[in-house]
Amino acid sequence: MKLTPKTATLLVLAALIALTPLFFPSGYYYRVGALIFVNGLSVLGIVILTGYAGQVSLGHAGFAGIGAYACALAPVHLGLHPALAIVLGAVISAIMAWLVGRPILRLKGYYLGVASLGFGILVSMVLSNERWLTKGPDGIEVPDLGLRDLLKDMGLKLANGEFWYFFSGICLLIGAWLVLNLYNSPTGRALRALHGSEIAARTVGVDVAKLKLQAFVISAVYASVAGSLLALMNKFVTPDVAGFMHSIEMVTMAVLGGAGSVLGAIFGAGILTLLPQVLTVFAEYEQLMLGAVMMLVMIFMRDGLLPSVLRKIRGRGE
Amino acid sequence: MSELMQFLLSGATVGAVYALVALGFTIIYNASDVVNFAQGEFVMLGGMTTVFAHAAGLPLPLAALVAVVATSALGVALNKLAIEPARGAPVVSLIIITIGASIFIRGAAQLVFDKQIHRFPAFTGDDPLHILGATILPQSLWVIGGALVVFVALWLFFTRTLTGRAVLATSNNRLAAQLVGINTNWVMTLSFALSAGIGALAGVLVTPITMTSYDVGIALALKGFAAAMLGGMGNPKGALVGGILLGLLESLTAGYLSSTYKDAAAFIVILGVLFFMPQGLFGRKSTDRV
Amino acid sequence: MKTLTTTALGTLMALGLATAAMADIKIGATVSATGPASFLGDPEAKTLEMLVEELNAAGGINGEKVELVLYDDGGDPNKARTFATRLVEDDEVVAIIGGSTTGTTMSIISVAEDAEVPFISLAGAVEIIEPVKPFTFKTPHTDRMACEKIFEDMQKRGFTKVGMISGTDGFGASMQAQCKSVVGNYGIEIVADETYDPKDADMTAQLTNIKGADGIQAVLNPGFGQGPSIVTRNYKQLAIDLPLYQSHGVASDGFIELAGADAAEGVRLPGTALLIADILPEDDAQKPVVTAYKAAFEAKTGTPVGTFGGYAHDAFLILKDAITRAGSAEPAAIRDAIEATSGLVGTTGVYTMSPENHLGLDLSAFRMLEIKGGKWTIVE
Repeated sequence: MKLTPKTATLLVLAALIALTPLFFPSGYYYRVGALIFVNGLSVLGIVILTGYAGQVSLGHAGFAGIGAYACALAPVHLGLHPALAIVLGAVISAIMAWLVGRPILRLKGYYLGVASLGFGILVSMVLSNERWLTKGPDGIEVPDLGLRDLLKDMGLKLANGEFWYFFSGICLLIGAWLVLNLYNSPTGRALRALHGSEIAARTVGVDVAKLKLQAFVISAVYASVAGSLLALMNKFVTPDVAGFMHSIEMVTMAVLGGAGSVLGAIFGAGILTLLPQVLTVFAEYEQLMLGAVMMLVMIFMRDGLLPSVLRKIRGRGE
Repeated sequence: MSELMQFLLSGATVGAVYALVALGFTIIYNASDVVNFAQGEFVMLGGMTTVFAHAAGLPLPLAALVAVVATSALGVALNKLAIEPARGAPVVSLIIITIGASIFIRGAAQLVFDKQIHRFPAFTGDDPLHILGATILPQSLWVIGGALVVFVALWLFFTRTLTGRAVLATSNNRLAAQLVGINTNWVMTLSFALSAGIGALAGVLVTPITMTSYDVGIALALKGFAAAMLGGMGNPKGALVGGILLGLLESLTAGYLSSTYKDAAAFIVILGVLFFMPQGLFGRKSTDRV
Repeated sequence: MKTLTTTALGTLMALGLATAAMADIKIGATVSATGPASFLGDPEAKTLEMLVEELNAAGGINGEKVELVLYDDGGDPNKARTFATRLVEDDEVVAIIGGSTTGTTMSIISVAEDAEVPFISLAGAVEIIEPVKPFTFKTPHTDRMACEKIFEDMQKRGFTKVGMISGTDGFGASMQAQCKSVVGNYGIEIVADETYDPKDADMTAQLTNIKGADGIQAVLNPGFGQGPSIVTRNYKQLAIDLPLYQSHGVASDGFIELAGADAAEGVRLPGTALLIADILPEDDAQKPVVTAYKAAFEAKTGTPVGTFGGYAHDAFLILKDAITRAGSAEPAAIRDAIEATSGLVGTTGVYTMSPENHLGLDLSAFRMLEIKGGKWTIVE
């Protein structure tokens, strides 16, 4: 039986998620793993927007902020269960993305960059200034998801770190499955045509504006859900989640690992999440090294780390 | 009346800072279609190098000169080491490269210099000048004057000199420029040197007002970037007008509406302008290459 | 694909090895040594490193050496939580110092509480210790206390209408809110309330509005970083002749230098004994502590001491005192001993903790200071 690339990708991911804990020396590794999965989930949205459709957003953290604060606020003010708050956040993000995306997606390259940047900054500004609602720049507490207690009642006892590791791992798997399905669908093919050449895509009858908007909305939902998970996992969130640096981080993770491929982008999320943990010994040099890594990879491995490395391995094999 | 005047003077001061940063963006963009997100770090380096050269005993003007020259050299190095090897890379890769460069420079600055906030004395004292019941610091006039001089010089450079036109030609069509005998590598080197030098000059001029530290670059780069986009990327006139406009918008919003949302007002106006004029106020119409 | 797995595993193993060093008493810290809060975290990190070095040179605690595991969270609450988890789970420290900002502190709290490891925060907000959490303590005054100290002084001078201009960062926004909540107790009304972004270049627009407010008698500026220096310079530029109050956020000689002695003349702020080490009366209880810390810190780093480094100094002092008294380095024993801290003289004030009070300072720890001729003086 020959594996399709889609099944292979999912199997590799599932195996990694299931097997790496066997080597974890302490609970801290579950925390790092969970962070990688949550970041990986938000980066999957960038795969669709940047990797497939070729559009650049410098404000996607704004959607992560909406998702995160939905989980902090909706349970308290609307009495919603945190799980439903994730859905609410995603719906709000989708609507915002649709409203904002329609005008700004007409813009190209850097102009799209500054417009999305403006959106992200507006969200983080509202989150830090509307103190009566969000408690301001110092952040706000987030209720417990409650799922761990539910599992405990069903006889499955997990430590907090372990629970979040597996829960976010499963979310990542589902997210990856959806992206891979999209890739093989007619919409996915049209998106990739768009990336190749917008004008060419238009001449063969692709509705460019609608497609871009779809990609933007879907990627916003990914960012929003990832923001929700992060907030629920940390039980605390600050407006930094919507900040410019977080937007940059998302794009960098995707592009560094390889925005055109699901595994590549997740790999990028892994590298950038692990980097500060590995570099603690050289904390003084962390920024220096991070900057150097970003430049070097982009100069010498333009398609991203994973695709470039795989190509090299394959090249040697032939 | 005197209040309005004060808001205008405040806006002009801040706007001139943005305009100086935005002007730095213009040159590199014109030569290479790259928006250099490390532009803010040039401004930081201008200020910080001057502070440390001055503290080491150099007189202020000499320290400032050292800062501008050193930063220009760094600009050239950035081009040779990071931008040239990545020629033809997509926009998103270039954004990450220049942001990577900015993180790298910031990381180096916190090791070479320190993490303290610094300032050096204003060039011509701190006694405010009075205009129609409002006040302005002499240093603000230096910044505004600096922005105007740089603007005029750039405008003359791009329209009146052969080299300047070569830069524009390179930006429009690199291959055609090479065919007519323009040394495009030299154009790129020159652009990065000039741009970094202007950034450093901005840092020297604004430090007595805004103070400086290793991490002032990002905020300045974002505002300068926004100003340049508002005016239309690549046009010195756009950079100047965009910068001043952004400054005035902020101070008038702070004065009459809400100081909390002054930055928001600025970004909403930018979004509005881009909606109706996707190339900014003075942007050149570009045609897509198929 | 094999490459990926091996790389991932290799990295994980490297992580494990890097932290496997052994020590007698392991103390953890996560502070914001870089990033937007680096002027808090940088002196804090340097202070902790210096104190551990001093302590070990002097023979450690109860004859045991101390190892400090120090992480830089860059002011990011998410990173702070990860490092706190790492300190607890992987480094297995007996206590945590840190959280330079309120945001990072709040995300560390639940990690420390779940693991039952004592945690001493270096951040200002009153929410950290109110309500009391069993394992969470802090050393800085709350921002509410700073407001009270300032309003007390304003009341003494007979002011009833004041203006505020606050930074929109966590420090400024939190203090702004606290001040507005207690101002009524002092019969004072806030007649102008403006804000600025910490990276702003000019605040004359906001100050012009404050200047024009009806019947205004004084102005208060909660904020830290370069913002307050710019406010102070703009204040002079606009020739506003009302008394200006700054917060403890700029209580350092660096502020006078940046604002300029000329513009800073007459500025008052609630500061700690640390700033006035040289003019403290000889019989002041804090004199020996602050003089020693000031001399050591300035000799080691070449930069002037500030209130923030002092917070880390006091956190370490409390911990050292507690471990000594407990005679044990078990987290639970340390916690109990910290809660029993009594009459411990630090740079910020004299700490006396209790099960209801996990800060242990009162208003007397603050001293109202005024800048005269470029120097700090004590307001009687």
